[in-house]
Amino acid sequence: MARFAAGSGLLFSGSDWDFQMLSRAYDAIEAIAVEDLHLDVYPVQMEIISSEQMLDAYSSVGMPLMYRHWSFGKHFLYQQLLYHKGGRGLAYELVINSNPCIVYLMEENTMALQALVTAHAALGHNHFFKNNQLFRQWADAGSILSYLDFAKGYIARCEERHGLAAVEAILDAAHALMEQGVFRYRRPPKLSPEKQKEGVRERLEYEERSYNDLWRTLPAQSKDGQRDKSKPEDGAAERKASLNLPEENLLYFLEKNSLVLEPWQREILRIVRIIAQYFYPQRQTQVMNEGCATFVHYTLMNTLFDRGMIGEGSMLEILKNHSNVIFQPAFDDPRFSGINPYALGLDMMQDIQRMATEPTAEDRDWFPGIAGSGDWREILLDAWANHRDESFIRQYLSPALIRKWRLFVLADTASEPHYEVASIHNERGYEKIRSALADSYDIGANRPDIQVVDVDLLGDRQLRLQHKVKDGIVLEDAGRDATLRHIRRLWGYDVSLVGVDAETGAILYERNAHPEG
Amino acid sequence: MPIFIDRRLNPKDKSLGNRQRFIRRAHNELKQSIRDRIRAGRIADVDAEHAVSMPVKGTSEPSFSDARDSGRRRHVLPGNKHFTPGDRLPRPAPGMPGSGPGLKDQEDDFRFVLSREEVLDLFFEDLELPDMVKVNLKEILAFKPRRAGFTTTGSPTSINVGRTMRNSHGRRIALRRPKREDLDAIAREIAVLENDAPSAAARERIAALRAELERLERRRRLIAYVDPVDIRYNRFDAQPVPNANAVMFCLMDVSGSMGEREKDMAKRFFVLLHLFLKRRYDATEIVFIRHTHQAQEVDEETFFYCPQSGGTVVSTALEEMRRIIEERYPSSEWNIYAAQASDGDNFATDSERCIALLDGEIMRLCQYFAYVEIIDERESHIFGSTKNGTSLWHAYETVCAHWPNFQMRRIATPADIYSVFRQLFTRRAGAPNG
Repeated sequence: MARFAAGSGLLFSGSDWDFQMLSRAYDAIEAIAVEDLHLDVYPVQMEIISSEQMLDAYSSVGMPLMYRHWSFGKHFLYQQLLYHKGGRGLAYELVINSNPCIVYLMEENTMALQALVTAHAALGHNHFFKNNQLFRQWADAGSILSYLDFAKGYIARCEERHGLAAVEAILDAAHALMEQGVFRYRRPPKLSPEKQKEGVRERLEYEERSYNDLWRTLPAQSKDGQRDKSKPEDGAAERKASLNLPEENLLYFLEKNSLVLEPWQREILRIVRIIAQYFYPQRQTQVMNEGCATFVHYTLMNTLFDRGMIGEGSMLEILKNHSNVIFQPAFDDPRFSGINPYALGLDMMQDIQRMATEPTAEDRDWFPGIAGSGDWREILLDAWANHRDESFIRQYLSPALIRKWRLFVLADTASEPHYEVASIHNERGYEKIRSALADSYDIGANRPDIQVVDVDLLGDRQLRLQHKVKDGIVLEDAGRDATLRHIRRLWGYDVSLVGVDAETGAILYERNAHPEG
Repeated sequence: MPIFIDRRLNPKDKSLGNRQRFIRRAHNELKQSIRDRIRAGRIADVDAEHAVSMPVKGTSEPSFSDARDSGRRRHVLPGNKHFTPGDRLPRPAPGMPGSGPGLKDQEDDFRFVLSREEVLDLFFEDLELPDMVKVNLKEILAFKPRRAGFTTTGSPTSINVGRTMRNSHGRRIALRRPKREDLDAIAREIAVLENDAPSAAARERIAALRAELERLERRRRLIAYVDPVDIRYNRFDAQPVPNANAVMFCLMDVSGSMGEREKDMAKRFFVLLHLFLKRRYDATEIVFIRHTHQAQEVDEETFFYCPQSGGTVVSTALEEMRRIIEERYPSSEWNIYAAQASDGDNFATDSERCIALLDGEIMRLCQYFAYVEIIDERESHIFGSTKNGTSLWHAYETVCAHWPNFQMRRIATPADIYSVFRQLFTRRAGAPNG
C-alpha cells in the first residue's frame, strides 16, 4: 500500500485510459528504453482502433491499405469466424514497419495493457525494424505506405478500365507465385535498360581505347578465363546469359520477359512482387522480432515496476498477459501448434542475459565470448541488428535452454511407417538439435526451390522451370498443377517443370502446362 | 511524444469490397450449396442467415508447396519426457492431433455466414413470375392522377386555397384596397370629434372625414377581397401507370385426405413461393385461400399453421378466388397469378365444375396458373407418366391443353419441391409464352 500512498510516482492507476495517460506512459517507457536498453527507434504514430478495424487489418495482411481481392475477403471471413467463436482473441496491437512506425492499439485494452503494448510494439518491434539489417536492406520503411496507396489506386483504376475479371485473373496468378516472387540472395537489379545499354557501350569503348595488339601474341592457355566470355561456344549459354538465367524470382522474370502481358498487367505483377519482398524479412525474423519485442516489454515493465511507476494490480495484469503470450505447450499437448516464437525468442534472449551475468562452466565452454562478459545489452543489440532467426538460433541456442525446453529431433521419413527420435537433449544431441532447429527457420532453404532455367525466345518459347528436390520432398500435386496453369497464363506459351534431385541431378518428375481447352 | 490518431470513427466495413468480390467469386458454388440445403428440407429457413461451408472450387489459392507425404524431414519439438535416441513412434493417422509437427490451420475448411439478403439473392436468382413484363408493355390500362401545376378553371373541390389567397393578396395590394384598420381609425376620429365641443373647424373636419370614409367604403366594395380572377385550381393530369400490380392466389387443400406429409409438402411449396414473391416483387399481394368442402380466405399465419380438416370440394376454392377477384382485383388492373396445391382427391362430380370454372372464367383472368399435385412416394412410379392420375389431375389436363399459361407438376418427395418450383417459375428468356 505504501506504493499507492506514494501515488505521485504511478503512471496510471485503474484500467481506463485516455490520451494524456498514453502519452505519459509512452514518454516514461521510451526514456527507460533509450537510457537503459539503448534502443534506437523510429518516431511513433499510435492509432486507436476498434475490434472490427483490427479484423479488417488482419484480412489485408496487417497493412492499413491494401488493394481489393477476393482472397482477402475469404481471410476476413475466416478471422471473423475464429473471433466470433471465441476460438481466437484478437491481437492487442498491430505494428507496421514504416517510418514513422505505426502502432495500432485496440480500444478495448486496459491502460495496463496499453502500456505493455506500447513497450512491446512501439519500442521492441520498432527498434528491431529500424536496426535489423534484413529490414534495413530489403524493406523500405519510409515509402511502404505511399507505395500501398499507389498500388490500391492503381489496381482500382485497372478494375475500372479493364474489368474486375481481368484484374482478378492476373492477381490470382500473381498471388500463386508470391512465394516465388522474392529475391532471396540478391537485390533486384536497379539499372534501367537505358543505363544498362549505356554501361555496355562504355565498356566497349573502354576496351577499344585500351586495345593492345600485343596481348594477342600471348600464349593461348593463359587466356582461358577470358575465352568463355568473349567466344560463347553455345547459343544456349548466350541466351541464358542475356536473360540473366537461371532466375529464382519467377514473378520478376515474368514481369520483365513475358511476351503476352500488357503494361498494366506487368505493373500488377510488380506490385505483388514488391509487397512479397517487403514481407520477406518479417518471415525470416519471426522469432527474433517477437523475441526482441517480448524481451523489451518484459524488461521495461519490470523496470517501471521497480521504480514504482506501475501499481501492483496493473503489474499482475501485465504479467498474466505476458505469460499467456509466451505459453509453450509440449509436443503431445492438444494445444500444441508448433514452437511459439514469442517463447523461444524471449527464452533465448533471457538466456543470453543469464550467460552474460551468471555463467556456468558449460556456458564458458560453449559461449566463451558471452559467458561472464556482463554486457548483455551490447550482445543483444548486436544480435538484433545482425541476425535472422536461422543464424540467431545457430549461434545462440545454448545447451541449458535445450534442456529447459527438452527439445528433441524427430526424423520423419515419409516411406517409413514410424518416426524415429534422432537426438535428445544430451551431449551428443545439443549440436544436432541446434542445427536442425536453425534449419527449420531457414525460410529460403525450406521453400521449394524453383527457378527459370531456360527459354528460347526465338524458338518454341517454352518456359523451362526446374525444381531442385531436396531430401526427396516433392511438390503437392494439385497445387503444383494449378500454379503451373497460372504461370502459363502469364507466360502465354508452354511451360514445363522438371523436378531434379538436388544431390544426384536425377530427373524425378516432369510436368507440362499446355494451353487450356 | 508520439503522434496519436483516433481511428475509431473511421468508416467501418473496409473489407466489404473484398467480401463482395469473394461472394461473386464463389457465386455458383454458394448457390448450389444453398439450393441443396433447401432441397434437403428446411425451406422456411431460406428467409434467414445461412452458414455455408467454404466453397472449394474457385476459391482455392494454389501455390507451390511441399507434399506432406514425401521425402525426409527433421522436426524439432519441445517437451520430451521419456524418449531416447533410436526410439520409434508410430506415425499417427493423418488428421489426428499431433499427427505432425507444424500443424497448420486448415483455412479452407470452415463455415461462414451469409446474410439473409445474400441468401435470397443467390436462391431466387433467375426466377421470375411469367409474363409480368408482357402485360406491362401491352396493356397500360390504369391511370393515376398526378399533380401538374395550376389552372384557372376546375371544380370547386380542387380549389387551391393557398395559391388563390396569394393572388388575391397581391391584387389587393396592387389596387390599394382600403384596409379595415384605416376605416376604423377614421370612424374613431369622427366619434372623438363628435363628442368634443362642436366648432366650425370640427364640423368641417367631420364632413371631410365622412366623405373620405364613404369613398373608402365604396372602394372596398368595388375591389373584392377574393375576386374570381384570383382563384386557382389544382390541375391533375391522368398519367398512365404501367400495370405492375400483381396478386398471387395460394390455394391449398387442407381436407382430411391430405395427410401430415402432404400438408407439409404443400406448405413448403407455398413458403417458397411466399418468400420468392416477397423477395422479387415488392408490391405483390398474396391471397391465401384454403379449402376443405368449403373455402375461406385466411391470413398468412392461419394458412401456414392452423390445422383444419374436412371433405374435399376443390371448386369452392376456385369460386372463392373468383369472388375475390371480382371484389378486389379487377383483371384490368392486376396481374393475377395462382398456385394450387392438392393431393388430387376431389368430390366425385366436382372436377367437372372445376374445369368449367377454370375454362370459363378464371383462366381468362389469370396470368398464370400453377397446379402442384402431391402424390405418395410409392405412387410416384405409377404416376410417372402423365396418362395416369387422380380425377383432378385428369380434369386439369384438359384445362392444360387449352391454356398455355396453365402448368401442372407432381411432387412426391421434399426433394422435388424445389425443382418443381424452378420449373414453374424459371425465367423464360425471350419466349413469348410459358
